[in-house]
Amino acid sequence: MFGLLVLFFFSYRFLTFKILVVVKFESQSFASPLLWANDISCSKSTRISSNSLAALCSIHRAKMDTNLVEMFRAGLNWVTMALDAPSARVVLFGVRIQWHIFVEVLLGFVIVILLSQKSYKPPKRPLTEQEIDELCDEWVPEPLIPPITEDMMHEPPVLESAAGPHTTVNGKDVVNFASANYLGLIGHQKLLESCTSALEKYGVGSCGPRGFYGTIDVHLDCETRISKFLSTPDTILYSYGLSTMFSTIPCFCKKGDIIVADEGVHWGIQNGLQLSRSTIVYFKHNDMDSLRSTLEKIMTKNKRSKNLRRYIVAEAVYQNSGQIAPLDEIVKLKEKYKFRVILDESNSFGVLGRSGRGLAEHHGVPIEKIDVVTAAMGHALATEGGFCTGNARIIDYQRLSSSGYVFSASLPPYLASAAITAIDVIDQNPELLVKMKHNIALLWKGLKDIKGMSLASDPESPIVFLKLEKSSGSTKEDLLLLEKMADRALKEDSLLVVSSKKSFLDKCRLPVGIKLLVSAGHSESDLVKVSESLKRLASELLL
Amino acid sequence: MITIPYLTAVSTYFSYGLLFAFGQLRDYSRLIFDWCSTNNLQGYAPICLAHEDFYIRRLYHRIQDCFNRPISSAPDSWVDVIERRTTKSTRCLNLGSYNYLGFGSFDEYCTPRVIESLKKFSASTCSSRVDAGTTSVHAELEECVANYVGKPAAIVTGMGFATNSAIIPVLIGKGGLIISDSLNHTSIVNGARGSGATIRVFQHNTPAHLERVLKEQIAEGQPRTHRPWKKIIVVVEGIYSMEGEICQLPEIVSVCKKYKAYVYLDEAHSIGAIGKTGRGVCELLGVDTADVDIMMGTFTKSFGSCGGYIAGSKDLIQYLKYHCPAHLYATSISTPSAQQIISAIKVILGEDGSNRGAQKLARIRENSNFFRAELQKMGFEVLGDNDSPVMPIMLYNPAKIPAFSRECLRENVAVVVVGFPATPLLLARARICISASHSREDLIKALKVISKAGDLTGIKYFPAAPKKQEEEKDRIKLD
Repeated sequence: MFGLLVLFFFSYRFLTFKILVVVKFESQSFASPLLWANDISCSKSTRISSNSLAALCSIHRAKMDTNLVEMFRAGLNWVTMALDAPSARVVLFGVRIQWHIFVEVLLGFVIVILLSQKSYKPPKRPLTEQEIDELCDEWVPEPLIPPITEDMMHEPPVLESAAGPHTTVNGKDVVNFASANYLGLIGHQKLLESCTSALEKYGVGSCGPRGFYGTIDVHLDCETRISKFLSTPDTILYSYGLSTMFSTIPCFCKKGDIIVADEGVHWGIQNGLQLSRSTIVYFKHNDMDSLRSTLEKIMTKNKRSKNLRRYIVAEAVYQNSGQIAPLDEIVKLKEKYKFRVILDESNSFGVLGRSGRGLAEHHGVPIEKIDVVTAAMGHALATEGGFCTGNARIIDYQRLSSSGYVFSASLPPYLASAAITAIDVIDQNPELLVKMKHNIALLWKGLKDIKGMSLASDPESPIVFLKLEKSSGSTKEDLLLLEKMADRALKEDSLLVVSSKKSFLDKCRLPVGIKLLVSAGHSESDLVKVSESLKRLASELLL
Repeated sequence: MITIPYLTAVSTYFSYGLLFAFGQLRDYSRLIFDWCSTNNLQGYAPICLAHEDFYIRRLYHRIQDCFNRPISSAPDSWVDVIERRTTKSTRCLNLGSYNYLGFGSFDEYCTPRVIESLKKFSASTCSSRVDAGTTSVHAELEECVANYVGKPAAIVTGMGFATNSAIIPVLIGKGGLIISDSLNHTSIVNGARGSGATIRVFQHNTPAHLERVLKEQIAEGQPRTHRPWKKIIVVVEGIYSMEGEICQLPEIVSVCKKYKAYVYLDEAHSIGAIGKTGRGVCELLGVDTADVDIMMGTFTKSFGSCGGYIAGSKDLIQYLKYHCPAHLYATSISTPSAQQIISAIKVILGEDGSNRGAQKLARIRENSNFFRAELQKMGFEVLGDNDSPVMPIMLYNPAKIPAFSRECLRENVAVVVVGFPATPLLLARARICISASHSREDLIKALKVISKAGDLTGIKYFPAAPKKQEEEKDRIKLD
């Protein structure tokens, strides 16, 4: 509205000037039109233009001779006379007041009034007490949980003895491929001895967080032992494997940082990424080309802010697929694009490498190049908890800002002493690693020609993953089929295998399948048995 | 709500200002120093920004000997605190560990059974609960816990902190509303943030404010779209660990029932410690357990073990077992720890054939009330309700934090002091946790030492009884 008015004002100004010149020129009731033009506007350019305008008008006049034009001219004449009459001779401040000044002043007033008015807002009417009460009465919440369906009633097998390579379920002896007991340390004599002495000395729990008298000397010894084993400056112990990753990542990654993560990472890492509120970009599972292009894209898109931190998050041996991450290439990319690497070595600690020191030894990369290494101890070390290791600054920072460390009770001391003993055993018995690698090779040979499934994991990883070749289209159906297969394996062949399970919170979309966790404690007959059984079940159920 | 005396507030602000100024000075001189040295991380952003850990570097590191004190024995009533940089240890009275019923060390009933289960099942199952991690002990444990707490079924995880972080996202997601107490624990805040639901806070332990918030939120609906909420969960704790207060559960439950919200009760500190048979805040305040939808707790404090549990209806637990990530992906709780919990519950209920459980419960109640009354008589500002074994003593001033702690340690009493960021900046405190294994002599000795330290540091803000307490003028309310 206001804009229209301003437009009208200026166009009117210009138009009246033009019209005025024409009229004055035509009417010849005043002095020379050129003089008039000078009076109205004092700029040189208009004088020139009035000259040209006058010339134009003469040509025009010669051409126009119709009735309409005559009427138009007469009307304009009348308007100018009317508007000009009262103030023909007024002079104010040395400037002759013309009629158009009145119109301009009036327009100016209207603009000022419009500007000063408040814009229209619908009146605010807060809800009355009665309305609030009515709303509260008619609101019906959803039930706390959706109704339970048939597949949710599935019960897991209940063990009646230690979860070693052979265990007891329902009174029967069962071969166990479902425990991540890679070096067969469950039930090892030395571990049981150290646990027993720790239990007698310290009791079971530690009754407090690390900051408030929950730091027991075994914790400190355990941290030093792990640092010595991996040749890193410092280590910090967590009391739960899953919480290690989702406490470490939010410590270092805050809002605004960029994290490039593999799409197949497990739920603990996904939760940590979500809690950190950073920008997360996923790259294709274990695909170095995809990683390279993602890094390239990020570096070209964002200009390098000095305080923007960039991380690559990967697992050494992926829990969801059994693949091994190519650490040497990741380190090359990291150094090229200046990213930091956070690596989860839960399934590779004590397993990969000549002496079990993990992925760095396996690929021949010095461990200082990896910025943060975390691991859960519930796998090869046959105990509970987790740790994080790296340089001193990183570990020190976590001791005060990592929520899973500061606000949670510390690891029970007998589990920490079990960890120390387990590492000692690994150091002194390198033949366990050799046996485990041998078992993996045997199992691969046995499962090579299984129908309906294919081996999707790395040939050196202790997690042997068989993925379904033909998916039925819906993940739920696949999961039910795999569960049936695992149940039958247990019932008919006394074998415990892992079928993939997915929570709706898990965002990983990798193919599902059967997982076999190979241990150094398995004998050849066990491996043959499981290959035969799986081949039989696959041919029965999947074709 | 804690009212802080005017003069104390001024002096506390002044102390912090001084410390801050000194810290900045040292930072500047460090900058000048660093110009000379080279940094080998060119091109990388610093992993910890300078201002993020200013508090840690310049304020916390000055008093870091008061925290993280290592011990070399079981966390019992008397504990060996190791002196730093040496291997010597001194025997101190332990007023800091969460050892409410005294199960933190060798127990004549529990420990032999734990060692037996260790020999049978080994330290860990190396597997998640759904794969091969469920042993007969785990099944027995869940039944035992459900019976003890008073609910039809229960699910157990290996860590209390992870229980909250993993369960809350399963129950509620985007489109839901979580109303939590303003002083809730970090694990609840983490779980709520991870779920994606909208979070609103109500004033600590004030059912009237909770009602106001509920009414407002139901009437308004979801932010921006104003659609009705999918569900509302109200999260409260049994005992608040930094205040020692007991939650006003009956009022809160009635408010929630009126507005059809679900109640989530976190009994980390109260299970096993309060109530006639140790069944927690529901028993103490007479609330029917069927009214509380989800009851959560941990085993670290009263049972001397590790882990957490959720108890609820059979359907709820079945649903959680199918979807909860801690159940599907994480290693199951260590079997000897599970056995310890079962044995501890048996002792508390008297099923081991002795009345040690009842004795322990009576003793902790007696001890807490005696200690609190004595401290208040001496003129300390002690927070918390009667019957609660957690007793914070207000210190306020940052200089008094290390002074009190070191003075007590010199007299062989180990106390816990807490400052920012676990508490608000001005409200630093020393927190005493009473245990059933403390004897009367232990408590009297502790009182003597605390009184002496209190006189030295000047924290007896109230006049000591039997003088009548005068009207306090010029107090600033801080909540």
